Amino acid sequence: MTSRPPRISRTGKSLIGFTYMLFIVLLLVPLLQIVFGAGKQGMGSFTQSLLRPEALHAMWMTFSVVVVVTLLNTFFGILTAIVIVRGDWLGRRVRQLMNSIIDLPFAVSPVIGGFMIVLLLGPHTVLGAFLAKVGMPVVYAFPGMVLATLFVTFPLMVREVVPVLQEIGTQQEEAASLLGAYSWTTFWKVTWPSIRWGVTYGVVLTIARSLGEFGAVLVVSGNIINKTQTMTTLVYQDVDNFNIAAANSVSLVLAVGSVTLLLLMEWAKKRKGVQADAH
Amino acid sequence: MNAVLHHKGVLWGFRTTLLLYMLLLIILPIAGIYVQSLSGGLGVLVESLTEPLAWQSVWLTIRLAFMAAVINVAVGTVSAWVLHRYSFPGRTLLNSLVDLPFALPTAVGGLMILLLLGPNSWVGQLADSMGLRIVFAEPAIVVAMVFVTFPFVIRAVQPLLEEADRSQEEAAHTLGASKWRTFFQVLLPQMRPGIISGGMLAFSRALAEFGAVVLVAGNIPGKTLIASVYIFGEIESDNPQGAAAVSVILLTLSFLILWLINTLQAREGRS
Repeated sequence: MTSRPPRISRTGKSLIGFTYMLFIVLLLVPLLQIVFGAGKQGMGSFTQSLLRPEALHAMWMTFSVVVVVTLLNTFFGILTAIVIVRGDWLGRRVRQLMNSIIDLPFAVSPVIGGFMIVLLLGPHTVLGAFLAKVGMPVVYAFPGMVLATLFVTFPLMVREVVPVLQEIGTQQEEAASLLGAYSWTTFWKVTWPSIRWGVTYGVVLTIARSLGEFGAVLVVSGNIINKTQTMTTLVYQDVDNFNIAAANSVSLVLAVGSVTLLLLMEWAKKRKGVQADAH
Repeated sequence: MNAVLHHKGVLWGFRTTLLLYMLLLIILPIAGIYVQSLSGGLGVLVESLTEPLAWQSVWLTIRLAFMAAVINVAVGTVSAWVLHRYSFPGRTLLNSLVDLPFALPTAVGGLMILLLLGPNSWVGQLADSMGLRIVFAEPAIVVAMVFVTFPFVIRAVQPLLEEADRSQEEAAHTLGASKWRTFFQVLLPQMRPGIISGGMLAFSRALAEFGAVVLVAGNIPGKTLIASVYIFGEIESDNPQGAAAVSVILLTLSFLILWLINTLQAREGRS
């Protein structure tokens, strides 16, 4: 990094120019388009689209899904990572298998992810019919949306924590338990400080993904207006109804959220890097 | 608290919960798709797949996802290299922007493309006057796929460049190798594992993409209907059999790619 040439050759300059063009055309212009699109229709129309009852409800749904999914995924993600790296009660092969299974949701199309839940718990299935009768329908209701989003976000936390745990090794934890600290204390005093920034990064990734999840939620929720509609599925419906201005307004809110999360990601990544160097 | 946590039953309960969570959340649903696709027997599966609209959608998806992956390999490799090699104003900003498609909801990505290239935009009108169709045609699908998978190649190549030994490049230069020869014989081999795994990840993600594509594709059966949108349509029209058949093809393909990436990475790690 330090041995950069002071002068940039002509090829270099044109390559930099190309990269700039690429980023501007592919990333920046589309993003600004959303901002200007909303600005062009004026503040009144912008707030009006957002204050529609269905828009307010969609925001509430998205918020609820994000909160519930982030909490559950953080808890189970950390636990799974600890088991994969430290779970001696499982054989090495089983843990290796688990480690590969973690990545499966990355390979599954979100639509298929939602479809799986409909197949297993939909109104036509025994389990789904039973749950609906007990008053807790899963599909076309909130629990299904949480399940679908959990499926999609599952690898995010695990993938952040596993490498950190592998890197720090067991020495400190063993020392702690030798000194008589029980595992709960060991976790908070020894393990947690090392994985903290990995977890923070995982949380930001989970929020971003659950905020933006569309395909899986669309299939599972049935996109019922004022009931199971989220912000992303509302954008879809608005576009479908040729109400581009409204779609644009909702998208702007989502985009502002994602850009904020992107900045948070950068910040967490830096902290994570600082911590990794310290080890 | 500690005494409670150390109680055997609690520990056992904890472990069972965790394994059940993985089983119920991931393994069972995936198995469910395969079971559903075969529930009517192999004949029905083959029948669902030989349905022209079904295999046309799968073939279209593979073709366009491959194009998107190739584009990303080309521009991603160059961008990763430029971001690593040169220091220029705005470099940090561009580097942060790389992850934007990961952070942005795919539906918003789709809407952006629709606004930018659609019939009401000047790009769309220009293309229209030349007799080209972008939105509701194949080009828009490729653009959507490229946008969504943009970070993969860059993020796979960057760590390799950070690790790479500059001295090799300098030695090649000192020995009189031309710039292009240095690039192809020294730099490209250093980046190759990242290019391959990043490209394959991009391909697999493009195969699976739904949100960005559904808004811009127009979803004309047999023409611009990609596999994930086809699956969605079959679910909506209450034909789980047809949806499962195409899902199985997509899933198997994605799993193969994932497995291939892992195998390649394990091999790179060993050598």
